[in-house]
Amino acid sequence: MITYDRGADGIVVLTMDDPDQSANTMNQRYVDAMSATLDRLEAERDDVAGVIVASAKSTFFAGGDLPTMSRATPEDAAALFGLLGTIKRDLRRLETYGRPVVAAINGAALGGGLEIALACHHRIALDAPGTRLGFPEVTLGLLPGAGGVTRTVRMLGLAPALTTWLLTGKRLKPQAAKDAGLVDQVVATPDELITRARQWIAENHDAAQPWDRPGYRMPGGTPATPKLAVQLPAFPATLRKQLKGNRMPAPEAILATAVEGAQVDLETAFTIETRRLITLLTGRIAKNMIGAFFFDMRAVNGGAARPGVEVPAATKVAVLGAGMMGAGIAYACARAGLEVVVKDVSPEAAARAVAEGDPAVLARITTTADVEDLRGADVVIEAVFEDPALKAKVFAEVAPVLAPGALLASNTSTLPITGLAEGVDRPADFIGMHFFSPVGKMPLLEIVVGRQTSDAAIARAFDLGRRIAKTPIVVNDGRGFFTSRVIGQFINEAIGMVAEGVPAASVEQAALQAGYPTGPLALADEVTLTLMRKIGLAYASAGVAVGHEKAHALVEEMLDRHERAGRSSGKGFYTYENGRRGRLWEGLAALATDEGRAVPFEDLQERLLFSEALDALRCRSEGVLRTDADGNIGSILGIGFPAWTGGVLRYVDQHPDFKGRAAELAARYGDRFHLA
Amino acid sequence: MPSEAYIYDAVRTPRGRGKENGALHGTKPISLVTGLIDALRQRAPELDPQRIDDLVLGIVTPVGEQGGDLARAAGLLAGLPDTTGGVQLNRFCASGLEAVNQAASRIRSGWEHLILAGGVESMSRNPMGSDGGAWFLDPETALATDFVPQGISADLIATLEGFGRDDVDGWALISQERAAKARAGGAFARSVVPVRDANGLDVLTTDEHPRPETTRAGLAKLRPSFAGIGEQAGFDAVALQKYHWLEAIEHVHHAGNSSGIVDGAALVAIGSASVGRDLGLTPRGRIVGAAVSGADPTLMLTGPTPATLKALDAAGLRKSDIDLWEINEAFAAVVLKYIRDLDLDPETVNVNGGAIALGHPLGATGAMLVGTVLDELERRDLHRAVVTLCIGGGMGVATVIERVQEFQ
Repeated sequence: MITYDRGADGIVVLTMDDPDQSANTMNQRYVDAMSATLDRLEAERDDVAGVIVASAKSTFFAGGDLPTMSRATPEDAAALFGLLGTIKRDLRRLETYGRPVVAAINGAALGGGLEIALACHHRIALDAPGTRLGFPEVTLGLLPGAGGVTRTVRMLGLAPALTTWLLTGKRLKPQAAKDAGLVDQVVATPDELITRARQWIAENHDAAQPWDRPGYRMPGGTPATPKLAVQLPAFPATLRKQLKGNRMPAPEAILATAVEGAQVDLETAFTIETRRLITLLTGRIAKNMIGAFFFDMRAVNGGAARPGVEVPAATKVAVLGAGMMGAGIAYACARAGLEVVVKDVSPEAAARAVAEGDPAVLARITTTADVEDLRGADVVIEAVFEDPALKAKVFAEVAPVLAPGALLASNTSTLPITGLAEGVDRPADFIGMHFFSPVGKMPLLEIVVGRQTSDAAIARAFDLGRRIAKTPIVVNDGRGFFTSRVIGQFINEAIGMVAEGVPAASVEQAALQAGYPTGPLALADEVTLTLMRKIGLAYASAGVAVGHEKAHALVEEMLDRHERAGRSSGKGFYTYENGRRGRLWEGLAALATDEGRAVPFEDLQERLLFSEALDALRCRSEGVLRTDADGNIGSILGIGFPAWTGGVLRYVDQHPDFKGRAAELAARYGDRFHLA
Repeated sequence: MPSEAYIYDAVRTPRGRGKENGALHGTKPISLVTGLIDALRQRAPELDPQRIDDLVLGIVTPVGEQGGDLARAAGLLAGLPDTTGGVQLNRFCASGLEAVNQAASRIRSGWEHLILAGGVESMSRNPMGSDGGAWFLDPETALATDFVPQGISADLIATLEGFGRDDVDGWALISQERAAKARAGGAFARSVVPVRDANGLDVLTTDEHPRPETTRAGLAKLRPSFAGIGEQAGFDAVALQKYHWLEAIEHVHHAGNSSGIVDGAALVAIGSASVGRDLGLTPRGRIVGAAVSGADPTLMLTGPTPATLKALDAAGLRKSDIDLWEINEAFAAVVLKYIRDLDLDPETVNVNGGAIALGHPLGATGAMLVGTVLDELERRDLHRAVVTLCIGGGMGVATVIERVQEFQ
């Protein structure tokens, strides 16, 4: 796991190389190897001039051992306390070894990897394409518990440590990491990495950590320093504001660990850090998040839903329609190196697709009104208006020039794929590729399988999705597929609450504090109430569950009586000024009633969560969802289902009493909460 | 044997502006206290110091020269006998009244007979908050209990109650007008003891904080004090997450309609009937009920209402039995909310102005208000009053006092 190689110059190169994994993690092999390594270093101290910590993998060190960590229960607390104590003890032995220790960071150093690097006296990072440094723990509901919180705070000071590194989970490139204080040197080649490490050792015989030097003072002061004490009360409040009231245990624990640790000696700070990590590890939310962001993500991106057929890779992508979606799709494809042609009704209209972006990427995009320019395209993605006739027309128009057997994809967000497939002559090659807006930022791709869609078509759409760095979920056809349908329930329930007399501000707060990134009324304004009415009518005629009955009447009233259709028309549930969202429309205040005000806040939150979870369960039983992982990842990445839940289906599983609570909500608020 | 708790006398210093240019900035907090101990003894030579069991002082920022149990040191310096104890307590803004109530309870227990209770705060020398705080300096605690600073709480109360800028400025103006009139009419003369230096020269003889020249137009020009931290530090968000039906907090409080930062001290001599009879002291008042109550910590400043109801209940009295009300003017909205909650006649509330005009020397204010309202009961020949203060962390303390001229 860790090879020990002492050169003639007395410099020991420790090379981490887990024999059973493609990346190094903080598993038992690491723990045992590190202890043994330190034993040997200490035994041979007189012959050692310095130490270089390196990796034989393409990454430096990937972080914690998530499969093991995700199994921790409260009964494991004592064992975890011991294990974390050992990990910390050995890293402490390393940094107090009495010889210069340099981390030679050849690739990604995340979480535990960065923590090992921080226990070295000097960090040199190779500017390789994949080199990223950061603490992703917070995004998994955890905190850096191998000294990461404690050392980062002591190195940078409380505020920078928290805001740049610990609370964000950001992964920084080497130069940015150097600017942010955790990397000392950035080098261009692997050779330089080792040469500079040796050089630094030669020049720094008396290396020691800043906190082990006499007269050390924490940058920016400790909480006992009046200047910092004055600012300290704003730290938790700012966190509450940033998280919009969602009480995530990990960021709160990181903040508390950092502040409490800053008031005591290093060893005690380590213990505080360990205690808080154990609380997170053995709790529910870290398991939810690791389940989604590690296991489900790995399954989805690894192709769990992709049929195992060999298919040719895409070479030339035709995008029909140069609106915001078409342009975004074209840009994403071009950025991945694909040749892209965007067609619209006129050259001017088509040119909208290259209005902005990196010139090198835009150079791969041709815009045209001429069908002939699409000749030979092996993928066509349609992004025109949501009108079946129009879609059939544009596919028919381009069909003659496409490569034989070209993949025919529609970016529709709501129209059933099976129906649209009737408009083309090769329904087996027809598929839904539902991108999310804005395409450049939204990582999800919802691949929709029509009744006649072939496995090869699914595989081609999936491979294209991966190639353009999207996370592709695969779902079966149905009204609103998976994502649009489920988010519709959320918005519908929220509008229904307002119609019931719940104050609109409470509805928005309930969603935000439950962990949704955007309030449902703000979201309704984005979608437009016009579209919601249209979809509602379509659902009704298709016999799909419509959710909260009262919502529809309010949508009608907002549209017909108050002419408030949403953001694009300048007024909706919110007011808008120069395109910026202002306060809620004051007319909503008249709708609030004493009865509505009396609805418990927890009920508001759970009604929103349950409305989506129950529909997701229906999606599963109706066969719209093919795997739970797709449902979980799709809900988080596509429609903002709260990340702490680990996804909409995991929310059901992790709820202490989903069935009982559903029955309670049904009794109080309506049959739509009945669990089928 | 249990006894009633009588008020034999009440004194206070004038309040000095709590800044470097304030008149009391050059006077140590311990000196403010020893000056009042001397004054009490001069005013009542029959008050035998050997009989004083304890000196109880509220100090809200007990650090440095205000730390380490100032009360004990002050007693020794003032020449009280070694046998007189001294203790410092802290119930934030109500500490001075808390000292009075604790003293009264101890007298009523029958175990002790004569206690000097009060408080001191030299805010110009020991800035508010410089003692840190278990609540707001600890993220775990602050997060779990929705901490926001008091100014945000005051603005939140105003928003919830619908008090606009006009309303709060209106009360500020009343405070200034009443304080000016009271000072001119000698309403504070009986209690205020001038602060003098070692040479007998006057340092400060009258309250320094009031601005009788205040106008409504002048107040209207002042900028809200808490809009900035509310927005930038995230405190508005914390408050709105709890009071979720509000969409925004209207920031209406500013330096002109909030309590002033001042230096000052106060002492109340509280004792049993037996010690009074032994020494020949004449009682001026009686403490008939006292209470503390918690309240929502985010609203923080609504404790006076439940505390008052509890104190009235303890006294076996009703609202209609009370002639005058003294509620500390921490912020104008606190007073307006109290008046609304209890449906009080504003003409009976803070009749001589309050802390908006006069200032709020944190640890001392509660004891000052006892003296102020006792003087006023005497001036008006009225019977009973309630003194109450809102408190950081979400609490209230209230005391019902009754004017007496002889033992009951």
